[in-house]
Amino acid sequence: MRTGAALLAVVLLAVLTPVASAAPRASLTEIEKQVMCPVCGTLLQLAESPQAQREKAFIRRLIGEGKTESQIKDALVAEYGNEVLALPQGSGFSLSAYVVPIAAFLVAAVALALGVMRWRRAGGGSGGGGQTAAAGPKGDDAERLDADLARYDL
Amino acid sequence: MSVRSSIAVLGVVAVVGLLVFGLVSKGSSGVALGDPAPASPLPRLEGGGDESLAQYKGRWVLVNFWASWCIPCKQEAPALEEFQRQHGGSKFTVLGIDSRDLSGDGREFVRRYGLSYPQLRDGDGGAAHDFGTTGVPENFLIDPAGKVRWLLRGPVDEEYLRNEIAPFLPENKS
Repeated sequence: MRTGAALLAVVLLAVLTPVASAAPRASLTEIEKQVMCPVCGTLLQLAESPQAQREKAFIRRLIGEGKTESQIKDALVAEYGNEVLALPQGSGFSLSAYVVPIAAFLVAAVALALGVMRWRRAGGGSGGGGQTAAAGPKGDDAERLDADLARYDL
Repeated sequence: MSVRSSIAVLGVVAVVGLLVFGLVSKGSSGVALGDPAPASPLPRLEGGGDESLAQYKGRWVLVNFWASWCIPCKQEAPALEEFQRQHGGSKFTVLGIDSRDLSGDGREFVRRYGLSYPQLRDGDGGAAHDFGTTGVPENFLIDPAGKVRWLLRGPVDEEYLRNEIAPFLPENKS
């Protein structure tokens, strides 16, 4: 019985250990693509200023402490505010950065679709061009055109 | 007004609103001589809690924007500390604002240079933006009414402090 329990423990350990070690490890290369150098106004990846060097050292230290990518980004936000994030957060007012363009696109698409439907209903489709071409000048314009044409021997 | 017109008007208002918001939030800012100094509360670099320039009304304040990674800030720090020792008191103080800097690095800077004057933290650079700074260090002399009386977009040294700032201050330090 005791041997069975020990075996089970060994098996569980063998199964669970790779799962734990498979957790993604934060890397400076990945994080510096996602955060800004607040002083330079560029991605940290592209920045070499003294402030950027300190920021990179800070990230390296947190990686050394075993912090996850998300924890490191939170720590950067605590130090520099939300503007340190290259992409706006998906919550609060920052959410509008994602929602507004999508909403604007949808509104424009609906408006375009409605416009096309109305145009087709009004006869703007395939038959419209012929009608337009067939419709000649009327009234005084037609008389003036006939008079002008009569002066030429066509 | 038809529904279609209302939607069009709302759309235009929304676009104009976004443009105005963008201009207001990102547009030019800054202070000039005689302007009231921005007084938004900022966290203390050490000790917790917030402080604002409004709490210094009635005193002359030399606001010094700095950062630990800034080399000219290292050069001017001893002069500012000496000036504080000479003139600091109930009528005047230097007030450091550590801007766009890591708080740990900022605290280490204060310890290394033995700075005894109060220090606030401006991690996101909001106060620096309100003052219209273009970098660090920058210095602003605020009068007891809270208005900007002098500004220098660069570092100070002992001579500058003695010749340009000291004449504004009351005679006795207490």
